[in-house]
Amino acid sequence: MKHLLFLAARSAWNRKLTLGLTTIAIALSVTLLLGVERLRTEAREGFNHSVNGTDLIIGARTSPVQLMLYAVFHMGEATNNIRWGAFQDVVANPLVAWSVPLSLGDSHHGFPVLGTTSAYFEHFHYGDDQALVFVKGKPFLDTFDAVLGSEVAARLNYRLGDHITLSHGTGTVGLPEHADKPFVVIGILAPTGTPVDRTVHVPLEAITAIHLDWVGGAPMPGFSIPQKFVHKFDLKPKEITAALVGLKSRAAVFRMQRMVDDFGEEPLLAVMPGVALEQLWQVLDVAEKSLLAVSAMVVVVGLSGLVAVILAGLNERRRELAILRAVGARAHEILLLLTLEGLFVTITGIVSGVVLMEMLALMLAPTIQATYGIAMQPSFITLEELKLLGIVLAVGLVASLAPGYRAYRLSLADGLTPRI
Amino acid sequence: MTQSSNVIEIENLLFRYPSADEACLDIGEFKAKAGERIFLYGPSGSGKSTLLGLLGGVLIANQGSVKILGHDLKSMRPAQRDRLRADHIGFIFQQFNLIPYLTVIENVFLPCRFSRRRSSQLNGNSLMDESRRLLTHLDLDPSLWQKPVTQLSVGQQQRVAAARALIGRPEIIIADEPTSALDAERQMSFLELLSRECAESGSTLLFVSHDHRLSKGFDREISVGEINRAVTIPEMESA
Repeated sequence: MKHLLFLAARSAWNRKLTLGLTTIAIALSVTLLLGVERLRTEAREGFNHSVNGTDLIIGARTSPVQLMLYAVFHMGEATNNIRWGAFQDVVANPLVAWSVPLSLGDSHHGFPVLGTTSAYFEHFHYGDDQALVFVKGKPFLDTFDAVLGSEVAARLNYRLGDHITLSHGTGTVGLPEHADKPFVVIGILAPTGTPVDRTVHVPLEAITAIHLDWVGGAPMPGFSIPQKFVHKFDLKPKEITAALVGLKSRAAVFRMQRMVDDFGEEPLLAVMPGVALEQLWQVLDVAEKSLLAVSAMVVVVGLSGLVAVILAGLNERRRELAILRAVGARAHEILLLLTLEGLFVTITGIVSGVVLMEMLALMLAPTIQATYGIAMQPSFITLEELKLLGIVLAVGLVASLAPGYRAYRLSLADGLTPRI
Repeated sequence: MTQSSNVIEIENLLFRYPSADEACLDIGEFKAKAGERIFLYGPSGSGKSTLLGLLGGVLIANQGSVKILGHDLKSMRPAQRDRLRADHIGFIFQQFNLIPYLTVIENVFLPCRFSRRRSSQLNGNSLMDESRRLLTHLDLDPSLWQKPVTQLSVGQQQRVAAARALIGRPEIIIADEPTSALDAERQMSFLELLSRECAESGSTLLFVSHDHRLSKGFDREISVGEINRAVTIPEMESA
């Protein structure tokens, strides 16, 4: 067996150009397969990790998934808001332990701005019931204070005391600025690996304040209210986008949910974060599965290339196989030799694919985090990925048996003197 | 090895390829004694490749028997025949004898990798030392030993093949036109080296050639065409 391994390795090395190309094809296909798998699990992980301790998310009536997406992940936009009065009526319910209003719609250099209350920093939990932690500064006190998520601070290089202005609407270019009413950075949060990292938090009343002199999404021409006078106005919000609600007892969650859904004054929706996420996964399941299936097909294509290359080279190796037979190789050792060769290429492809994948993950993690808010943890191969690799190896083995069997047949037919 | 000192015994052999209608080999009797040097005259189409396949145990007679060292090949399982070939027969072919991706010395090692018996008959030397001894005897410069075989001339390659056939002192050396790719002068010197080494290790030499001039100095000359009573089919033969 040892000498066959040696021979197979030397033989493969001798064909390093063609087999090398095949190895690259297999490596790339493995990278794709692992990449899809990892992105899939990291996305799930990230989403599941993003909110904890909140019993219900309340918003205007829409689909539970959409409410979840914009309220927690700041993705997409709310089609409708909740009137402030309705929100207050709902959370006046004795079942409610705490509530945090959320107001979205503005941005800062592409990062979403969240208007909320200081209760947010107390009640919003993520991951394994972790609370938000300030690395610098403190929660906001004044109307024009801002608390930055870790990534916002890091990317835009902000420190405490810096002045920032908000843009109206979400996006990165061509947005009207709230230039006349700058905010002061008063706190910076520790990294969480959740959308919080990418959020600028300001007091709820500030959202009202910066829009006092705006009409229909633009500053009122010829009219402006200077920042120092805003307190002369009623800064109580008219509307909010959504709210996070914690209950005194989790057992009451269905009762509370029904009450919100049946709220008479306006159509509202209450969703349990876990349930909404589950729905999201169901929606994404087909897409995930097809993506995985496509990458699996790519792996099969790569392995077919391997079989084709080894098979194509067999004819010119008939004399070599005959020599091996003459010096004493048994017919099944010829089968083993060719199979081992294919297996070598498969294993090399898998290992290179894994290395490539880890390198790409390391290199692209910041971009993915910034663009999609998915935190790619520099993790080692998971059990699930190992299973996938095991399947690739098994398919590679079966595929390599094809040229092995062909060589076996050839060497039986040729004996010691191949008729070429 | 039971009844005689014959290392090869063929009796009433009849062989037909599965795809052919008629037998291509029909040999009444052929025997080779231990240490004998036999020149087997076999022009193209005489059935000699088939005969070599039968002796090597990769082809099996339809009728009659082929015995190597007293073992009837027909009654053995394929793996046993492979073992018998690995242990007791060294082959040298016309050309392209060597595994292209191995070095000279690795090619010489090969039979000992497949046969424990041959790796235990190295004149008390290590595999490396015995390979060196043989290569030196066959006039191969040490500077070539670690080289890829593709860098060797045809004559050098044939001598490496001879060293490989001889290592581990197999009882039988079968050389199939080993000199046909060499020029006349080198043919003679190769033949001399081969004969000398076979004599030294006590191996029976079965030298197959279509060139009568080389038959000098052999104990016996036999024509395949004469011992083969079958009408041979040229297409079934390699050149």
